[in-house]
Amino acid sequence: METSIAKIGLWFALLILAILAVAGAQDTGFAVHMWIFAAVAFGGMWVTAVRYDPLARVQGIFRMPTDPSRYDDDPIRWGVIATMFWGAAGFLAGLFIALQLAFPALNFEPYLNFGRVRPLHTSAVIFAFGGNALIATSFYVVQRTCRARLAFPALARFVFWGYQLFIVLAASGYLLGVTQSREYAEPEWYVDIWLTIVWLSYAAVFIGTIVRRHEPHIYVANWFYLAFILTVAMLHVVNNLAVPISFLGSRSYSAFAGVQDALTQWWYGHNAVGFFLTAGFLAMMYYFVPKQAERPVYSYRLSIIHFWSLIFLYIWAGPHHLHYTALPDWAQTLGMVFSIMLWMPSWGGMINGLMTLNGAWDKVRTDPIIRMMVMALAFYGMSTFEGPMLSIKSVNSLSHYTDWTIGHVHSGALGWNGMITFACVYYLVPRLWKRERLYSLRMINWHFWLATIGIVFYAASMWVAGITQGLMWREYGADGYLVNSFADTVSALHPMYLMRAFGGFLYLTGFVIMLVNVWKTITGCIRIEAPMSDAAFDPEKDRPITSGRPAAIPAE
Amino acid sequence: MSMAESHKKLERNVTLLAVGAFVAVAIGGIVEIAPLFWIDNTIEKVDGMRPYTPLEQAGRDIYVREGCYSCHSQMIRPFRDEVERYGHYSLAAESMYDHPFQWGSKRTGPDLARVGGRYSDDWHVQHLKNPQSVVPESVMPSYGFLSTTDLQVADAAAQLRALSHVGVPYGRDEIANAKADLAAQANPEKDGVGLMARYPKAQIRDFDGNPGKLTEMDALVAYLQMLGTLVDVSSAAAQEELATEKGR
Repeated sequence: METSIAKIGLWFALLILAILAVAGAQDTGFAVHMWIFAAVAFGGMWVTAVRYDPLARVQGIFRMPTDPSRYDDDPIRWGVIATMFWGAAGFLAGLFIALQLAFPALNFEPYLNFGRVRPLHTSAVIFAFGGNALIATSFYVVQRTCRARLAFPALARFVFWGYQLFIVLAASGYLLGVTQSREYAEPEWYVDIWLTIVWLSYAAVFIGTIVRRHEPHIYVANWFYLAFILTVAMLHVVNNLAVPISFLGSRSYSAFAGVQDALTQWWYGHNAVGFFLTAGFLAMMYYFVPKQAERPVYSYRLSIIHFWSLIFLYIWAGPHHLHYTALPDWAQTLGMVFSIMLWMPSWGGMINGLMTLNGAWDKVRTDPIIRMMVMALAFYGMSTFEGPMLSIKSVNSLSHYTDWTIGHVHSGALGWNGMITFACVYYLVPRLWKRERLYSLRMINWHFWLATIGIVFYAASMWVAGITQGLMWREYGADGYLVNSFADTVSALHPMYLMRAFGGFLYLTGFVIMLVNVWKTITGCIRIEAPMSDAAFDPEKDRPITSGRPAAIPAE
Repeated sequence: MSMAESHKKLERNVTLLAVGAFVAVAIGGIVEIAPLFWIDNTIEKVDGMRPYTPLEQAGRDIYVREGCYSCHSQMIRPFRDEVERYGHYSLAAESMYDHPFQWGSKRTGPDLARVGGRYSDDWHVQHLKNPQSVVPESVMPSYGFLSTTDLQVADAAAQLRALSHVGVPYGRDEIANAKADLAAQANPEKDGVGLMARYPKAQIRDFDGNPGKLTEMDALVAYLQMLGTLVDVSSAAAQEELATEKGR
């Protein structure tokens, strides 16, 4: 009872603070965000006060009976649902901005202009969809591989809800114009501070669980999760150093300027790719691929070599985003050299994943989840070859500032991050909700092909768009003058932008099929369907020959 | 086998593993970023650079708020076609007061590093209100609301003070006059002598074609019209300086 009162008091204090901040707010964006804080505090107070007791069916979905002999899976179930929800939001935003580039009339000023929705799309897919997938799977994997329950259950729940609040603040901020305009680090100073608190709690839960492990060794997936959590903390804090104009206003100014700011930002930006979208997702790969294939990881030694070389080399690659800019040459060259070296540890990870299927390659044909994982690894291999190639200065002189970069990013994001996340969620859902199997395996097959064809449309159209744009910009006529005005290059891209939007539409359609499949599985439905594969058997033909003349019916 | 044996120490001890991983990821950043703060020729000194006026800075804040960097770069690379299309390649010093930098990474629209003075104020206002009316092929969103929204700067002095905390050389004079300077730049009726003394080459006029009102359009156009105009890159001195640049 006392703890309940203390909790209510704490929420109430937060509520008052938030309302005071609203009263003193210097701009609308900050005021709206403080309202959101106030709403959360009020919600927390309300829930604590009335001891929220949802309907039994809902309870079955969100909460399993607590049993110390079972793993603590509630935050993981919420995380899977959040992953699906934010995935839908992020993909939809992506399709919307793709259409805006083809049809500018779709911009609705000021809140839905491209410049405000684009960071909403990138943050929703990277941090909301990807981040929830990473947090949920890391909590799942660390418990299983350590044979221990989560170290701090209350803190784990705080991590989940705190992270959702971060997403809501970030996303609503972009639409309201609250942004630092630093790519992939757009949220303003107070949202950054909030994320730092949540992230350190996340690190505490994760490392605490490893400390409590009942296995002598720390499994390789956890090395990758650990490197991901620590590095993202470092990158986030350093890149977001800033001085706010007022502690009651949203605007802040970055601690660094010009050249130094640019390199700090791309040191962050490239390693958001390197550690958020690569190391973290490789951790997912290292647990779920061997599990689904029922084969051990291909090579233990390869995983050691590729782990240390990957995390060491990735950090250096940032300057390749700044080729031929005012960044000093030595830094550009260093960035290029390390980016090319990075190719090898990246492929080390791909090889270790693919070769894990040794002896189980037939499953690519029979198991749609394995097929998705293999396709994810194939796209990972492809984009980690394309990346080093684009980081070569002479290639970059053509590709930089064009849609080629956008195509490259999406073959990695849709192909690698998307596909491996889908596969992991398909693996997790029946296990987390204690269902016999997924609602439908055949729907995964549909999802797989729609997503794959969607990516092909996307990547191919963006390659063509990027190279077209790059070549048109530098095209000289016989008279020695530039041939194309900038506007010419814009109208030349229209067909490619349409094809890209179509690719995105296919990818989103596949995801909608997944949403249905996952929701039906959670609610306990099972689709009656022909199994994906079975040895041929025909009961009609399964009988002895009874007539006296054996040759009358020819054998099949 | 020895490597795997010695690695077992690491993978049995989460502290060692975490410290090892952290050291591995810290090295690259320290070697690449830290020297930029003390190697002298990272930013070659050029004549003409000055901090933004309060109105230009307010316009820059709008540029940042609207996410213009998503489609416009402010970094001209040293290639023949870029220099002919956009002007002299960008110098490091030209963004030395940019918090944050806005070099951008994608050109859905053209580079803006030297857009200042290329078009008239009227063109910018018309283009921002309805981009397709002046460039039919454009895919840019319209920003008509800027010309109807009053420019609201909660505290112009606090703004410059925050910038001075991160290293922009605004003095006591600039901070004390911030509010007056903000209004004076868009109003040719007012006395702009002090403003011109504090901010050489500042352009003083009504930018949005609506003298009665100080709008966000005034601020954004003031910012766009000064981009790339501070350093006279074609002057003999600047050319000579570039020719003797060290370390390139």
